[in-house]
Amino acid sequence: MKVTIDGISVEVEAGTTILNAARIIGGDIVPPAMCYYSKLKDSGGKCRTCLVKVSKGSEKDPRPMPKLVASCRTTVMDGMEVQNITSPEVIEARKGIVEMLLINHPLDCPICDQAGECHLQDLGFEHGAVKTRYEFDRRTFNKIDIGDKIQLHMTRCILCYRCVYVADQITDHRIHGILNRGDHSEISTYIHAAIENDFSGNVIDVCPVGALTDKTFRFKNRVWFTNAVEAHRDCDHANCNGKVTLWYKGEEVLRVTARKDVYGEVEEFICNTCRFDKKKTADWVIEGPRKVSHKSVISSNHYEMLNPPPVVKNNPVLIEANKEQFERETRL
Amino acid sequence: MARKLLLEHINVPGIDTYEVYRSKGGYAAVEKALKTLSPDEVVEEVKKSGLRGRGGAGFPTGMKWGFLAKPEGVARYLVCNADESEPGTFKDRYLMTYLPHLLIEGMIIGSYALGAKVSYIYVRGEMMPQIRILEKAIAEAKSAGFLGKNILGTGYDLELYVQPGGGAYICGEETALLESLEGKRGNPRIKPPFPAIAGVWGCPTVVNNVESIAAVVPIINEGGEEYAKVGVGRSTGTKLISAGGNIVKPGVYEIDLGLPVEEFLYSDEYCGGIANGKRLKAVVAGGSSVPILPANLFLKTINNEPRLMSYESLSEGGFVSGTMLGSGGFIAFDEDQCIVRNTWNFTRFYHHESCGQCSPCREGTGWMEKVLHRLEHGHGSLSDMDLLVDVSKKIEGNTICPLGDAAAWPVASAIRHFRDEFEWHVTHASEAVSRNYGLAHYADPLPKPEPAAQ
Repeated sequence: MKVTIDGISVEVEAGTTILNAARIIGGDIVPPAMCYYSKLKDSGGKCRTCLVKVSKGSEKDPRPMPKLVASCRTTVMDGMEVQNITSPEVIEARKGIVEMLLINHPLDCPICDQAGECHLQDLGFEHGAVKTRYEFDRRTFNKIDIGDKIQLHMTRCILCYRCVYVADQITDHRIHGILNRGDHSEISTYIHAAIENDFSGNVIDVCPVGALTDKTFRFKNRVWFTNAVEAHRDCDHANCNGKVTLWYKGEEVLRVTARKDVYGEVEEFICNTCRFDKKKTADWVIEGPRKVSHKSVISSNHYEMLNPPPVVKNNPVLIEANKEQFERETRL
Repeated sequence: MARKLLLEHINVPGIDTYEVYRSKGGYAAVEKALKTLSPDEVVEEVKKSGLRGRGGAGFPTGMKWGFLAKPEGVARYLVCNADESEPGTFKDRYLMTYLPHLLIEGMIIGSYALGAKVSYIYVRGEMMPQIRILEKAIAEAKSAGFLGKNILGTGYDLELYVQPGGGAYICGEETALLESLEGKRGNPRIKPPFPAIAGVWGCPTVVNNVESIAAVVPIINEGGEEYAKVGVGRSTGTKLISAGGNIVKPGVYEIDLGLPVEEFLYSDEYCGGIANGKRLKAVVAGGSSVPILPANLFLKTINNEPRLMSYESLSEGGFVSGTMLGSGGFIAFDEDQCIVRNTWNFTRFYHHESCGQCSPCREGTGWMEKVLHRLEHGHGSLSDMDLLVDVSKKIEGNTICPLGDAAAWPVASAIRHFRDEFEWHVTHASEAVSRNYGLAHYADPLPKPEPAAQ
């Protein structure tokens, strides 16, 4: 099926969503997604940041869709034409959504563990306004411990439901859901039951904001001061293959997370033993430094240089070794 | 006096019992449909009648039935949406309280037409008496052989269940209703797939309002074409209007669609005029979620033609100068009512009832409520009106279900038509807490439209 997004055509399989078609194209035309998670069934459609305009429904029925649609849950039709960043309507709507997402968010980034790898930060930076027009008290909640390793800080939550889907689909029985409704609804474990499940730690990885944080890492360090290293171990859990990212500060492993792709989604879910208990270099087989996008704050002053120093430019051996950086420089 | 199709026998004592209802010609439509018509013919009759959904959106019921997917070996369901919670609307509760058998008769015909073996009536949790009334009526109908196995010897089986809801407004949205019916949290589903393809338990489902289902009974009794003769244009048949607010005789009225609004509001047969000799200031014509109109624009369209109680006439002028028939929750405001306070009250309702699933509605309704609360209590600023319009625009159309639109429209329309009252609340803040803005110019005759230059 052929779909055109912002004037760029791509061939995709039937049943692909607009968002995934855009991800095949890549680049700036990929709509942001706060609630959609490709590894979780039925996720998406809730945050509305990925709204796009369908200016032509399909080859058969060329009528445009009357409203903006959530690209993560709308499947493509043959000949569909979609506008994302080329439509002022979409830009305006997205700006509104970002503002709505932020009005009840505490913006406590300076003390938040997620800062630096927070999707809401990126979203606000790219699509939001400088100042908020909201002049009222923000909703607040008390912090809740979900088990002894995870802390829930509902005040920061944007209710994307990703953790609920993890509890539904990755762990074997759910004691994790939503209580109440509207802007006072909250993630809950029902009567504060601790999640005792081998995969419960994955709720931390899927959380786009700092609402679910790792208590073994809490306040230990800022992520941009740590070095990400890929490693694996021979995990004896049936559903975990032990491929992780270790976050080092000096010699010390501060935390362990699953490996995340360019859209911040984990590649494979990992078990709690890997995540919380194996915090010694001796537990792991190191594969090498993790590539961090130069756009991310985590990459600052790390393995790759954005602009190779002049000496590199004169030495053919070093030019060859830093090929990627040179390519990036010309692209920029 | 117009003929009543639904409420014909409403004043007969004991009409809520099977014997009396039957003696007044009840269940004749079931006999006619099951014995002489095929399911497709029933659907055809409803299509011919032009019946439009009475729950608010006004989608043609026959077309909705026609869309139902009919895969082999998969059960189909008819679900009656009795989760009536729109502020200003109380017609379904009235119908269920006094004429429960009319709804059950309509359910049997509807289920037969759609080929459903099991049907549900999803009743709002607060309506406990109505749930008991319906269950009693179902038991009576069952013992009379109109429900259960082999109805009237035609070989058609039907089980009818009443399901109490939890009392959430959002469960009146059809996909949220189905989620709730399945025993889950009542969050609206993301469409597509529509319920006609995958509804309750993934099976094709039709969800209809109480009044739409009840209206099937006169359609079958009289024939679709006969029914279509009542009403005007594409608004056929009769409609129950829950009239409330500052009128002399509040209550549920059955009107022929196409009745002039002036007659409905002022004639003694219906509302009987504005109470206490006051003057009309504004009207919400179809339940809290439709745009509010000032008196002059409500009685006359922008072209100075009299407005009629019909889907088309009420929406004439679109969102600029029109409103919608909605669910028929007619609320009249006299000159002593404060539109700002009323808008705040409506928004407070939507803030409370937003399910919290998608962000524009979850955050936006609360924001609008807080701004309106500030305005009402004299702490607003002149920029608040523009802020409200902007926030309502950001909500409208960007949400999963229509609750976002329903929350945005009353605010946007109140500011469009009553902006000077909102501004007065800012400029005369101390006065605004002690007295009302009054009627002002809201009932003045509309200016004559100037003929276009030749």
